[in-house]
Amino acid sequence: MEAPIRATEFLRFTLLSLLFFVCRSSPSQDLLISNAERRIDLTSHIVKVYLTLKVENAGSTPTSEILLAFPPTQVDHLATVEALVTKGKRKKTTLARLDVKPTELPDAPNGTKYFTIYLSNPLNSGESTTLEVLYLFTHSLEPFPAEIGQSESQLVYYRDSALILSPYHIKQQTTFLKTPSTKVESFTSVEPTNRAGTEMKYGPYEDRPPYSFSPILIHFENNSPFPVVEELVREVEISHWGNLQVTEQYTLVHGGARHKGVFSRVDYQSRPNLNGVSSLRYLLARLPPRVHSVYYRDEIGNISSSHLRTDSRKSELEIEPRYPLFGGWKATFVIGYGLPLQDFLFESSDDRRYLNFTFGCPLLDTVVDKLTVKVVLPEGSKDPSAVVPFTVEQHLETKYSYLDVVGRTVVVMEKKNLVPVHNSPFQVYYTFKPIFMLAEPLMLASAFFLFFVACLAYLHIDLSIRK
Amino acid sequence: MAAYRTNVISKEKGNFVVPAFLTPATTKSSLCSACSKSHTTNNGRLLLISLSSHWTIDWPSMAAPETSTAAVPTLYTNNTLRNAFGGVLSFFILLLIGVLAFSIRLFSVIKYESVIHEFDPYFNYRVTQFLTKKGIYDFWNWFDDRTWYPLGRVIGGTVYPGLTLTAGTIWWLLNSLNIPLSVETVCVFTAPIFSAFASLATYLLTKEVKGAGAGLTAAALLAMVPSYISRSVAGSYDNEAVAIFALIFTFYLYIKTLNTGSLFYATLNSIAYFYMVCSWGGYTFIINLIPMHVLLCIVTGRYSSRLYIAYAPLVVLGTLLAALVPVVGFNAVMTSEHFASFLVFIIIHVVAFVYYIKGILSPKMFNVAVTLVVSVGLAVCCAVIAVLIALVASSPTKGWSGRSLSLLDPTYASKYIPIIASVSEHQPPTWPSYFMDINVLAFLVPAGIIACFLPLTDASSFVILYIATSVYFSGVMVRLMLVLAPAACITSGIALSEAFDVLTGSIKFQLPGVSSDAGVDAGETSSDTTEARNDEVKAEKPEETSKDQFSKKSKKKEREHVEKPSAKSKVKTKAEKKRLLALPLEASVVSLLLLIVLGAFYVVHCVWAAAEAYSAPSIVLTSRSHDGLHVFDDFREAYAWLRHNTDVDDKVASWWDYGYQTTAMANRTVIVDNNTWNNTHIATVGTAMSSPEKAAWEIFHSLDVKYVLVVFGGLIGYPSDDINKFLWMVRIGGGVFPHIKEPDYLRDGQYRIDSQATPTMLNCLMYKLSYYRFVETDGKAYDRVRRTEIGKKYFKLTHFEEVFTTHHWMVRIYKLKPPKNRTRGKTKKSKSKTSSTSSSKRSGTERKNPWH
Repeated sequence: MEAPIRATEFLRFTLLSLLFFVCRSSPSQDLLISNAERRIDLTSHIVKVYLTLKVENAGSTPTSEILLAFPPTQVDHLATVEALVTKGKRKKTTLARLDVKPTELPDAPNGTKYFTIYLSNPLNSGESTTLEVLYLFTHSLEPFPAEIGQSESQLVYYRDSALILSPYHIKQQTTFLKTPSTKVESFTSVEPTNRAGTEMKYGPYEDRPPYSFSPILIHFENNSPFPVVEELVREVEISHWGNLQVTEQYTLVHGGARHKGVFSRVDYQSRPNLNGVSSLRYLLARLPPRVHSVYYRDEIGNISSSHLRTDSRKSELEIEPRYPLFGGWKATFVIGYGLPLQDFLFESSDDRRYLNFTFGCPLLDTVVDKLTVKVVLPEGSKDPSAVVPFTVEQHLETKYSYLDVVGRTVVVMEKKNLVPVHNSPFQVYYTFKPIFMLAEPLMLASAFFLFFVACLAYLHIDLSIRK
Repeated sequence: MAAYRTNVISKEKGNFVVPAFLTPATTKSSLCSACSKSHTTNNGRLLLISLSSHWTIDWPSMAAPETSTAAVPTLYTNNTLRNAFGGVLSFFILLLIGVLAFSIRLFSVIKYESVIHEFDPYFNYRVTQFLTKKGIYDFWNWFDDRTWYPLGRVIGGTVYPGLTLTAGTIWWLLNSLNIPLSVETVCVFTAPIFSAFASLATYLLTKEVKGAGAGLTAAALLAMVPSYISRSVAGSYDNEAVAIFALIFTFYLYIKTLNTGSLFYATLNSIAYFYMVCSWGGYTFIINLIPMHVLLCIVTGRYSSRLYIAYAPLVVLGTLLAALVPVVGFNAVMTSEHFASFLVFIIIHVVAFVYYIKGILSPKMFNVAVTLVVSVGLAVCCAVIAVLIALVASSPTKGWSGRSLSLLDPTYASKYIPIIASVSEHQPPTWPSYFMDINVLAFLVPAGIIACFLPLTDASSFVILYIATSVYFSGVMVRLMLVLAPAACITSGIALSEAFDVLTGSIKFQLPGVSSDAGVDAGETSSDTTEARNDEVKAEKPEETSKDQFSKKSKKKEREHVEKPSAKSKVKTKAEKKRLLALPLEASVVSLLLLIVLGAFYVVHCVWAAAEAYSAPSIVLTSRSHDGLHVFDDFREAYAWLRHNTDVDDKVASWWDYGYQTTAMANRTVIVDNNTWNNTHIATVGTAMSSPEKAAWEIFHSLDVKYVLVVFGGLIGYPSDDINKFLWMVRIGGGVFPHIKEPDYLRDGQYRIDSQATPTMLNCLMYKLSYYRFVETDGKAYDRVRRTEIGKKYFKLTHFEEVFTTHHWMVRIYKLKPPKNRTRGKTKKSKSKTSSTSSSKRSGTERKNPWH
């Protein structure tokens, strides 16, 4: 039944790849990839691709930039790209992180997008180096059928190319795909293709020219729930009285195949292995250690199904939505907690203070479509600046909280398409004079003082006309 | 002790007299010197006696300033000191009572969570949200299209706005001070805050009637009376929460005006009445009770200009202000509930006129005038009354709303209006509920009434009238127990305080060290002197009251003077009583201890009631089993599901109980809700629920309904589910659409759902939606609420499909299948399966369906 679709797609991609051949005008023909191995992990709804490239400089000039190419359909779903280089030999190998930046090239064929890896040491002529590249795709598994009943399992499509898209000549390449279960409905065969258990192997393919492309389509079962946070607003409020209050507002949706028709509780409860296997029953949030006053609620009150486990290194909050989430079902909720300030606030060498906190979403294995982190600095703090390991949109806001007069500066950072990899620390620097801490208590004290003075005055003033 | 009770009345300046045991020894000795001087001027014999009188009745402290000018300076300062101590003490006691009133209502927050409770509070919460978001003008003009589909409801004109505006104002105030509390938090804590205010108002009212001691006792009793707690726990965001405060405060201002004759208080009284009208439909109680009291005063010959000042401005200003509230509007002058006040308004003017005429005419002329006026006036009155009666009789409900009628005739509602009778809080209470709700106060009330008669003043007669009427009303409707509670607290407070007075007085009287002869003597002589003094002060009284009271200071001083006379009369009676009731020491101690035990029992009961009985929010249920606390959060599960997983304009049909919650929590349009203004609409839903599937589908489809929500408790044993309410749906439905007949659903007059149930019952929509696939849970389909196996276990739904059932099956949501799904084969099949009665019924309902 899917044959016609696949046929047309196949045709289109072949045409595309032909086109690539025609208009090849690669930026640097000096480099070539002697060996490439790609492992694609399809077990969860975040597609993880581990790429090992052995790059050789066949040209005469040393180069320090290596390009990665992605087809335009994939680049929209690309959450992160990381590159590591192996240093040293044999047992003493260490990995060093390299800078990766998106790059625009003027003559990119068919809208190919590029990322440039900047090597720390230029690759001299004739030398070779091994790069480990990790990149993650979100929303790349397309449920098919798009709507399923309660008792059906979730099948998804994954589209990619059997050959690695690259502006360089690849001498030898292999692609491994790992599916969550052995149940694979169909897959495109590009000889040589092997399938054994949960793993599929495409390749090895020898001597492919730049921009080779060979589309493949895999239709397989993936019953893991697809938790997608459509919008997450994290507010981190710093109080110099010793508390860091975090409030996180979630809009959660199950991004898998849409639920269709009946939801029967009796089936769901009596046969949990057959019914609603892909439903989202609970989520795990990893919170910092020494967390206190944790709450989990939504707009109509407390949600009573959560467990908190704490130990000295981390806290785990297991939360259940009010109802199991089937494909397409939504839920909103708020998680809030307090943290001891000394774990997160430090003084920098130049007398400024900085907050060191985790950027991403504390829920495990979730995709966040849009994340807004708001750091509410105490009233009276100045010169805020944020240091984030990746590009974010930033602006400042003012928030009025308990008895504020001038308002608190809020550093707002926004980023789209996040995965758990983005849970890396960021810093917000600011200057703050401790005297401002006394402002509100003094204000209250003086207000009460004035009130009592007014009372006193009132009692001692006789405004009567007639004595 | 007597001084304590009397002097305290001049409260504005904080003139409380600390009971003797609290005053330092030096103060006492100086007082002695002062008063001995004063006594000798009156009666040479008194020196010795006055010494002992410090220990017994302590009256010189207030008597001295008037009698001897020489003694005034020293005495005044000492008095001020003592009064200041008393004032501070009372202030702190009141503060603690306020804290008690607030904190005893927090059990629900601590045991459950800070959440809005029950049904009506959700509506009020939603209205408050709208108010805070859109502002006051949009609020007045709010037409709500998310309820009573397709009719809608004009919220601004049909809601008592007092509560909403109060909470909205608090929220706005806090937010303008940059205290970012959420609307929900403000709403949750409005009721406890106003309970504290209500305690304060009770203190003021009782103090006006019987002095500060009784006031403090009454305030403490009110702070924790279970009946009031049941309506004002944190989260119970309902009109009554602020209305009870408004009620007591209005009464206080009325009594205050009555005692002072001040127009200032009369105006305040009208404003308090206006607030009450804004807050609750129960304002009619005020506008009937006060005229009754005025009438009582006139009839018993207690007419005075103070009474006129207390009443006439209230009627004029109050009615004008009441008419400003959109929900009341012209009802303030057009419905029978308000007629009594106008009638008494006329009467009081006639009486005032008669008194005036009496003053200027000679007695003989007056008699002539009376006969003339009476004969003419009688004829006019007859004509006017006839017209009035004709007007009232011409309106269908005789000008009385259903709820008010059911107050006068307790059987009215159950006879004529099932929708009123179906609400549990409109049922008459049972005897245990009296014990549960006012506990030992029920025994103290008669004592308090007796105390009010000793002596009978304008104020105490009001309290007697208040308790008498509220006892009657509470007997009609459980809900009005709430009106009884303050009255019971006031009378009980008076009773307790009087009893304590007598007992502690007797104990002091017989304390070792004071000779009993002297004591008796003191009792006698002091009563004599006070009596004598009393007379002269009484003579002063009218003059003093008539003095204008511009300056605050002078007013205060004057009030002292004004109030002293009444105090004096109390002292007199007290002294007389003392002589009569000088109980034996042992008896006093024992009864004192018994009273304390009684009080302790009351406190224990109240705390228990607050913690266990009245704190459940009813949207979250808990049960304690051997493996710990189990939470049933099914309602919110269902509402949250509706909110997030249905289209924003989908219509949800359910029985009207869940209307407010659905609009507030799920934000979906409902067909009927708890504001039961349209009986026909509710009857339509009731008809649909009691019809067979296809007829029900047609009714719902014609109403554009997409989802049907039913509450089912059979799995976990939740008794107030829709099957238990079903007979009301049948009755209300049958009241409008006669093809629904109650006997069809009853087997031999018994309501049952087991195998003996009638086929009509087993085929109606409610039965099917409740028990759909229920048998698959345990294989037997045992209903834990009805304690029986259900009658029809295996059946299929043809026009509805289950889309959501909560974790404990408490809420089940069904979706109407689209019309095209009705294939011919299926209907035939179901037709052949179900008995012929249902098919004939179906054709019958089709014909009678009002929406075609």
